[in-house]
Parts: sequence; C-alpha cells; structure tokens
Amino acid sequence: MRREGSPWQGLGTVLLKELADHFDSPRMLLLALLMVLAAAVPFYSAVDQLRTTTSEDPFLLLKLFNPGGQTLSVVAILGFVIPVMAIGLGFDAVNGEHNRRTLSRILAQPIYRDALLAGKFLAGIIILAVNLMCLWLLVAGFGVFFLGVPPSGDEFARALVFYFIAVAYAGAWLGMAMLFSVLFRSPATAALLALGVWLFMTLLWPMISPFIAALVSPPDVRYTLLGILDPQTAAWQQGLSRISPYLLFEEATRTILTPTTPSLGPVLDQIRALRGEVVGAALPLRESLAIAWPGAVSLIAGAIVLFVATYVVFQRQEVRA
Amino acid sequence: MSEPVITARGLTKRYGEAVVVDALDFDILKGETFGLLGPNGAGKTTTILMMLGLTEVSAGTVVVAGRDPVRQPLEVKRRVGYLPDLVGFYDHMTAAENLTYTARLMGLGRDVREARIADALARVRLTDVAHKRVATFSRGMRQRLGLAELIVKRAEIAILDEPTSGLDPQSTHEFLDMIGELKREGVTILITSHLLDQVQRLCDRVALFRGGKILVMGTVPELARRVLGAGFVVDVEAAAVPGKELAARLGAIPGVLNVQQTSEATYRLTADHDVRAEAARAVVAADGALTRLSVDNPSLDAIYTRFFERRTGTEGEIRDAA
Repeated sequence: MRREGSPWQGLGTVLLKELADHFDSPRMLLLALLMVLAAAVPFYSAVDQLRTTTSEDPFLLLKLFNPGGQTLSVVAILGFVIPVMAIGLGFDAVNGEHNRRTLSRILAQPIYRDALLAGKFLAGIIILAVNLMCLWLLVAGFGVFFLGVPPSGDEFARALVFYFIAVAYAGAWLGMAMLFSVLFRSPATAALLALGVWLFMTLLWPMISPFIAALVSPPDVRYTLLGILDPQTAAWQQGLSRISPYLLFEEATRTILTPTTPSLGPVLDQIRALRGEVVGAALPLRESLAIAWPGAVSLIAGAIVLFVATYVVFQRQEVRA
Repeated sequence: MSEPVITARGLTKRYGEAVVVDALDFDILKGETFGLLGPNGAGKTTTILMMLGLTEVSAGTVVVAGRDPVRQPLEVKRRVGYLPDLVGFYDHMTAAENLTYTARLMGLGRDVREARIADALARVRLTDVAHKRVATFSRGMRQRLGLAELIVKRAEIAILDEPTSGLDPQSTHEFLDMIGELKREGVTILITSHLLDQVQRLCDRVALFRGGKILVMGTVPELARRVLGAGFVVDVEAAAVPGKELAARLGAIPGVLNVQQTSEATYRLTADHDVRAEAARAVVAADGALTRLSVDNPSLDAIYTRFFERRTGTEGEIRDAA
C-alpha cells in the first residue's frame, strides 16, 4: 500500500530546530569542551616531542595527530571521546520527545515520521562534524604556529581524509545512540546501555578478541616456536577486532596518518618482514587510501545500518505516551 | 449539519489477541460536536490515532475529511487538529517559538504564520506570556497553548483528547468556553472525556464507549430516555392534607411515569418531560402547601453510571435516577 506525499516534508524545519536546540544546550557546550580538553594534552606532548625532530620529519602535521610510538595521540583520544559525544547527543533523541509528550503533537502535523528521525540524525551529524572540524583546525593551526612548518599538499589531504573517517565514526555511534533512544523509553537506560556498548567495544573487545581468535584457530606450534603469530590465527584476530568500531577507526586512521609504516595488518607485515622488505618507505596517498578504504566504508555502512534499524523500529512504534 | 466528515465502518484495532477497538461504526457530521465518553482504557485514544493515521488499522475503514488516513495521512493531518491527552511542549522554548515550530511543520509561510500565531495567542489569552518559556506555564496554560495550535492550523476538525483532565474548575470553565467558540465558527469537534458533566453542555451528540465498543449513541435527552427510561426528575416538597391522596394525584399527571414518596412530605416524580407546572397545580388542587419544586435536567453522569451499572449486571431501580 503506497502512502501519498513526500517523506521529506518538514525535514528542513526539524533539522533547523534540532540544530538550534543543540547549539543552545549546555550539554553540547560541555561535550565540546570535553573533546578539546581531552585532545589538548596529547597535542602538547606531540608538539614537545616534535620540536626536537622538526628538521628530520617529513610529515609534521600528521605526527601532530598521531606521533606514533607509545605516547597517547590525539587520534587515540578522539577514538575514545567521539563515541561519548555522539552518545551524548543521541541517547534521548526519540524517547525524550515521548517523555515530554511532544511526539504525538508533532506527528499530528502534516509530516511523516521519516522527517523527524532523519532531521534529528542529520542535526546530530552536522553538530559532530562542526565540532570535529573545529578541533581539526585547532590542531592544524596551533601545529603550524608552534612548529613553524607549513604542511604539504599530501599531508593536508591525508589530514582531511582523517577528518572524514572521524565523522563517519561519529555517525556510527550516533546511529547506535539513536537506536537505543527508540528502543528504550527511559533516556537513562538508553544512555547507560550505549555507554556499556562503548566500554565493551573500546576497552574489553581489544583484549578479548585475541583469545577468541586463538580458540577458534589455535596457532600452529611451528609458528609459536619461531615466536611469531600463525597467519591464520592472525587473520581471525584481525577479523574479530574489526567488529569494534573503535578498532576499525584506529586501523583506518593509522593507515592514513602514518604513511611511512603502513600497517597491512599483522599477517602482511609479517610476510613483508620475512621477505626482507623495507618497512618505512612512504606510501603514496592513493595507496594509503586503498588500504584505509574498507575500514572507512565499514564505518559508514555501520552508521547506515544502525540508522535503518532505528527507522524500522520507530515506524512500527506506538506514538501514544 | 449535513454530510459526515468522519465515517468509521467496522473500525478495529487489535494488539495480538487483545481487541482494543472493536468494529466501530459511527458518523460525525460537519459542524457537530461529538463526545466520545468512556472510562480510561476504553480505546478512545487508539480510535483517535487511527483517524490520524498514527497507528495502523487492523480491520475496517475510517474516512476523515473525505480522505483515507492510511494512504493520505498528510492530507488528513493538514485538515485535522489534534490536542493530545496531557499535551507537551518544548520547555526551553517560548510559547510563540513552540507555535512557530509547528506552524512551519504545517508548511505555513512566514507572513501567514506570524499573523495567525498572534491571533491564536490572543484568542486563548496567552498574548502576555507569548515570549515566556513554556517551562513556567501551568497545566491550564499549556492546554490553551495546545488549543492555539489548532487555531493556527485553521483545523476543519478538532480532536480533543481528555482536554479538561487535570485542570482546576476555573481553567476548565475557561477552556470549555474556548472550545465553544471554535464550535460557533463551524469547526467539527470530537471530544473524548470521562468527565461527563463538563462535556455535556458542549456536545450535540455523545457515544458511550467501553471495551472498544460504542454502547449507545445519540443526543443527551435521547440517551436519557433510553437509558434512564425518562429524562426528567421532579422533586416536590409539599405538606399534604390528610385524606387527599397527593401521591395518587401526582401520579395521574400525564407524562409522569413513577412517583416515589421519599419522606413524609417529599415526592420524587420521574417524567418524560418537565411536569413542574402540572405538579404545582396538583398540589394546590389537593389543598397541599407547596414548599419546594425543582427539576433535574437529565444528567449525562446519571445516564453513564446507570448504563454501566446495568451493563455490569447490577440492574437497579432504573427510574430512580439523578
């Protein structure tokens, strides 16, 4: 049975209203502050470290985001903070309307539910994108200011790709937060569960997945004796780790931001090391992109799948309070 | 009052096994004020949501303003204003901002919007607080703001779900007056309520609704005749002169169906019309001293209570109502 009229009717109105709400809300200010403060510490340590090696390093801008080594990077912090921000923006998107008893009044206007949901999602994405862009400009701007070396075109392009991957990552978490806001009538439940998933994916899964990989495909004794990973176990390990958006994000951004040591995953790295390849020669942007592409697309796909799930559940939900 | 604007035929809503709305048939005519009365949980809100296309219809059809809410929800929602039970607004926005948001969702242009919002706020007497945040509003003010939304929409049909629940008597009175204004403008109004005496004076027709079914439908006097057996109850207080059978004389008045002596000098007559004049004459003719004479209009409350009492099997003395 076809319904008449455009599903996008009222989308712009909802979008503008949600944007205005976000910009006005203290919550959004708090989340933006959290992000900037969290990024400030690794940024300063990166600047400190880079000052001593400025002349030798061809990728200064990228090093600001991800200095490599054991130091905590801006990227790692973002991998942690972006989900918190996205959950903070999305956890009460729909159940909040229910609880304020505004939902049935709004849906009694000549719009479809599609417009309400899409408007809220787009507003969240735009807010996250604006915040990330601010942070990105801050890092790049202060980086040039402190180090005094302008970035090359290639560096700039890589940093920009990093930005888009970060937005896709934010979209995936926003999609999850909104799904929970439709599934659970209480915003507190939705927020707690979303944060639970976030903790599991970012902290627990990286620790658990190697164990599961070893269980599913026990490493061959010969590899163990040589002290290296069984390629098959490693493949499982990588596949499992990619379930977590955090690890996907980490992998994709690492590839883009560190052109000199492109990680192809443990399997390929090992093979290359065995073949005596020089690991450390800079890859051209095109090839870095090719490596990062599946990860980035997975994040975008994740965002879309979660949004579709939210949409389906919301369409079937009763509007009565 | 001519052609029907809402027509339901076999309208049914099921959740799994539970039948919430059970094969409703009704017509609401243009310009009419229709009361859908029943206890909480009778399926009133579900019926409304089906009319607006906000919940799926399990079986049957409903046509609102000549359109099918399942296929053409936007067209229906453009013409129908809905004031939900315990309406909510965005607390951090002002009254005018809240109305602006919904007016934009209605697709009204800026000029029309501003003029209509100012007019609507004036009509519900909220102009003074138009730029105050809704968080500071009382229940009654929110309800009036909800009504302002329908006025902004220029709704042909206004659906008001429990509009007076939770209001103090003063606010209720004011609010009902505002609904009365809408009615005089020719807006078709559908009110649901469980507060019967409040809607009684507004409604042209009412339907008693319970368990997802309309049990009786008609004007209040009609229902009174059908449910109570008679519409009017006249109380007579007169010191009777011994030897003159006052009760018998009262009972002989045409139209009186029952006479009950409630105490030594008081009688309660149940009649199908107002028989006060005849009762007075009867008392005088019996040399009685008439001290009090009063009539109760048929009360929806009485009809309702009586009706549901009878349904649940405690059939009592039907004539002894009001």
